[in-house]
Amino acid sequence: MEIPAALVTLVLGVVLTLVGLWVGHNVKMLPIDASSNAPVYDALFEVLFTIGTILFIGITGLILYSLVRFRRRAGDTTDGEAIEGNLPLEIVWTAIPAIVVLFVGIYSYDIYERMGGMVPLHDHMAMHQSLESNPVVSAMADSSSTSERIWGGIGQMGAADGALPVEVTAMQFAFIFHYPGPGITSGELHVPMGQTVTLRMEAKDVIHAFWVPQFRLKQDVIPGQPTMLSFTPTRAGTYPIVCAELCGPYHGGMRSNVIVHEPDAFDSWLKTNTPATVASAPGFPTA
Amino acid sequence: MTVASPPSFDTGLQPQGWLKYFSFSLDHKVIGIQYLVCGFLFYFIGGALAGVIRTELISPMSDFVSRDTYNEVLTLHGTIMIFLWIVPVVNGGFGNYLIPFYVGARDMAFPRLNAVAFWLIPPAGILLISSYFIAGAASQSGWTAYPPLSLTTPAAGQVVWILSVLLLGGSSIFGGINFIATVLKLRRPGLKLMQLPMYCWAMLGTSVLVVLATPVLAGTLILLSFDIIAHTGFFNPSQGGNVVVYQHLFWFYSHPAVYIMVLPAFGLVSEILPIHARKPLFGYTTMVYSIMAIVVLGLVVWAHHMFTSGTPPWMRLFFTIATSFIAVPTGIKFFNWLATLWGGKIALNSAVLFSCAFIFNFVFGGITGVALAQVPFDIHVHDTYFVVGHFHYIVYGGTVFVIFASLYHWYPKFTGRMLNEDLGRLHFVLTFIGFNLCFAPQHWLGLNGMPRRVAEYDPAFTTLNQVSSVGALLMAISTVPLLINVVLTAYRGKIAGDNPWNALTPEWLTTSPPPVENWIGEAPLVTEPYAYGQEPGNLDVSRLRGRDLWTGKQ
Ligand code: HEM
Ligand SMILES: [Cu+2]
Ligand SMILES: [Cu+2]
Repeated sequence: MEIPAALVTLVLGVVLTLVGLWVGHNVKMLPIDASSNAPVYDALFEVLFTIGTILFIGITGLILYSLVRFRRRAGDTTDGEAIEGNLPLEIVWTAIPAIVVLFVGIYSYDIYERMGGMVPLHDHMAMHQSLESNPVVSAMADSSSTSERIWGGIGQMGAADGALPVEVTAMQFAFIFHYPGPGITSGELHVPMGQTVTLRMEAKDVIHAFWVPQFRLKQDVIPGQPTMLSFTPTRAGTYPIVCAELCGPYHGGMRSNVIVHEPDAFDSWLKTNTPATVASAPGFPTA
Repeated sequence: MTVASPPSFDTGLQPQGWLKYFSFSLDHKVIGIQYLVCGFLFYFIGGALAGVIRTELISPMSDFVSRDTYNEVLTLHGTIMIFLWIVPVVNGGFGNYLIPFYVGARDMAFPRLNAVAFWLIPPAGILLISSYFIAGAASQSGWTAYPPLSLTTPAAGQVVWILSVLLLGGSSIFGGINFIATVLKLRRPGLKLMQLPMYCWAMLGTSVLVVLATPVLAGTLILLSFDIIAHTGFFNPSQGGNVVVYQHLFWFYSHPAVYIMVLPAFGLVSEILPIHARKPLFGYTTMVYSIMAIVVLGLVVWAHHMFTSGTPPWMRLFFTIATSFIAVPTGIKFFNWLATLWGGKIALNSAVLFSCAFIFNFVFGGITGVALAQVPFDIHVHDTYFVVGHFHYIVYGGTVFVIFASLYHWYPKFTGRMLNEDLGRLHFVLTFIGFNLCFAPQHWLGLNGMPRRVAEYDPAFTTLNQVSSVGALLMAISTVPLLINVVLTAYRGKIAGDNPWNALTPEWLTTSPPPVENWIGEAPLVTEPYAYGQEPGNLDVSRLRGRDLWTGKQ
C-alpha cells in the first residue's frame, strides 16, 4: 500500500517538532543561574534552542535524504527533471523564516523589556524614579562643569529603592570594587542575595568587559565613558567575574569573583571590612 | 567585438610557461590562478598560526608561547585568514577566472588595474608577516584593532598592520570596481543580465559592498594611525576621543566584509550544484533578489557587534531586527539549493560532498547567528568562544568548504586534468570531522564562561579545549591528501577533456586549459546557463541552447 506523501510529511513534521521541544527542554547547555535575570535568559535560550534544533535537524535530514535517494547510479547519464522554480513553494519558504524571525524578534524584545533594557535613554520620568537602580538611565549628571554621559547596560529593573551602589574600576589587569557608603575597597565583589546591585563602571586604560556567566550579564567597561549595570543575585555562592574584552597580554588572567552572601553574612562582611572612621556612613542602605 | 583586447596580449611580450605566473600578466586566467596559489600559501601560514593557538590552549596555563606572542599570533591569524585568504580567493581568484567567461568577454574590463590589484597582495602580506621581525613586534590588538588597546600596544607593529590592511583594502577596491564594470559593461552582445550565471550576481553584489564599505575602513585606519603616530585624539579618550565611534566605523566595514567573504561562496555553490545534480538552478529570480536583499540589509546591521559597548536601547532594538531579517533572504537561498538537489541525479563526488557540507555547516552557523542577533542572548555570549564557534561555522564551514568544492570542480578546467576522487573524498572526510570536532565544542565553552582571545582559562574547560585541538590537528592532517592530490594530478592526473562534467556554462565550452583569449573564434552565447534536465516534449528547436553546443560537438 502506498502511503500518501502529505501524511508522511505531516508525521515527520510532528516528530521533528517533538524532538526539538524535547531537546530544547532537556539538554542543558548553560551554567547555573544566580541572578533574577538568568531564568528569563534561560527561557529565551530554550525557545531559540528548540527552533534551532528543529530547523537544523530538518535541513540536515533533507540533505541526507536527497544525497541517498537522488544519487546518480552507475551508468545513468540522464538528467533530472527540468524544474526551474515553483512560485508558491518560494512564497512558503520566504514566509516561514519571516514568521519565525518575527516571532523570535518579538519574543526577545519582550525578554529584553523584562530585563529592563528598553527604558528610553532620555526619559526623565524614569530617571527621576530610579536614578540609581535603573540600569539604562542615561543620566546627564551635571557635575559642575562637565556633563558626563552614563550609558546603560542591561540588568534587572525594579527595586528602585535600596539598591546597593558599587563603583567598579577596571584596569590592566584587575577589577577594583569600591563601596561608596561604607568606604570599602575590595578586589572581589561581595553582594547580598536578593538585593539589587548597581554597578557604575569605568576603565582606567583600555576597554574591558565585566561578565558573570552565572548572571548572564555582560557590559563593556569603557575608558572615558561610564557605563552602568544592575542585577539582583538570587543564589548564594561564589561565581567568576571574567574580563571579556581583549585588553592586553594578561587578558586571560583578568578574573575575579563575585561572592553572593546570605543577607546576614553580607552584614557581617560589611562590619568586618568597613574602615573604622566611616563605619556609620549615613544613608548607606544595609539590607 | 567590444571586448578588451589590449595589444600587449601579443604573446611575444609576455613570459610563457610557468614563468607567466610570476609576471605582471594581464590575462584574467593567469591573475585568477595567481590569486588562488598566493591565497593558499597564506592559508598555510594562517593555519600554522592557528596550530600555535590550539597548542597553547591544550592546557589551561599560558605555557607554550609568551602572552605577547600569543596575542601577536592571534592577530596575525585573523588578519591573514580574512584579508589574504578568504577575500582574495573567493573574490580575486575565482572571480577573475570565471567572470569574463560568464559574461562572454575575453578579459576583465581593466586588465592592468586587475594586475595591479593582485600585485598589491604579496607585498602587503609579506609586510604584515615580517612586522614580527622588522618592527620588533607584530600587532597585538586583534584583527579588530580596537583603541585604546591598539594605541598602547607597540606602535611600529600596529602601524605596519594598518599599512598592510590599507594595501589589501586598496587591492580589494580595485578588484571590486573591475568586477562591476565587467559584469555591467562587458557582456557579450545579446546576453541579458537575468541570463547571467548566479556567480555574476553574487560578485556584483559583493563588489558593491566592497566599493561602499572598504573606503570607510581605510579612513578609520588612517585616523587610527594618526592617533598612534601624531598623537591626535580621534579615538583616544584621554584626549577627548571616543572609542565607541571607532567600533561603529570598523563594523560598518567589517559586517559587510563577512558578506564579502560569503556571497561569492553562495555564487560558486549555485554553479556547482546544478551541474552535478543535473537539474536547473531552482528559483533563479528569487536567488537574484535575495542577493540584492542581503547586500542592502548587510549594510545596516553592523552594531550587532556592539551590543555590550554602551549602545542606546533603540539602537540595540533596531540592529536586532535588521540582523534577524537577513535570515530571510539567506534562508531563501538555502531552500533553493535544497530544491535544486531534490529529484536530481546527484553525483557524490568531492565537489558535491564539500558543497553539501557547506549547507550543513552554514545552516548551523546561521542559526547561531540569528540567536546572536537577539540582544538579550548576545549580552551573555558576546566576545566568548560561542562567537568564535559561530563565525568559524560561517567562514570556515561555509566559505572554506566552498573553496575546496570549487577546487575539485574547476581544477579540470584550470589544468586539463581531473583531481583524484579517492584522495578528494579522504580530504573531505578528514576536513569535515576535524572541523566539527574543532568548532562545535566551542559553543558550549562560550555559553559556560570561556571568553575569546585568551591564552589561559578556567581548568574546568580543559577537556573540551583538548577535543577542539584534536579537531584542529585533523584539519591540519587533512591538507596532506589535498596537497598530494593537487601536485600528483598536475603531472599524472587523468586527462579531463574540455567538459568533463557536461556543463553548460561558458567556461566549459572551450579547451581545458582555455586559450589566452578564452575561445578560439567567437564567444558562445549562453542564455540559459542552467538548462539541464529532461523535458523532451518541450524542446524548442528554434532556440539555440547552451546544451546544444556541447552535445552537438560530441
Ligand atoms: C544568518 C546570518 C548571520 C547572522 C544573523 C549573524 C549574526 C552575527 C552576530 C550578531 C555577531 C556578533 C556576535 C558577537 O560578537 O557578540 C556575529 C559575529 C560574527 N559573524 Fe555572523 N551572522 C550571520 C552570518 C555571518 C556570515 C555570513 C559571516 C561571514 C562570512 C559571519 C561572520 C561573522 C564573524 C567573522 C563574526 C565575528 C566578528 C568578530 O567579533 O571578530 N556571520 N554574527
Ligand atoms: Cu581586561
Ligand atoms: Cu556582523
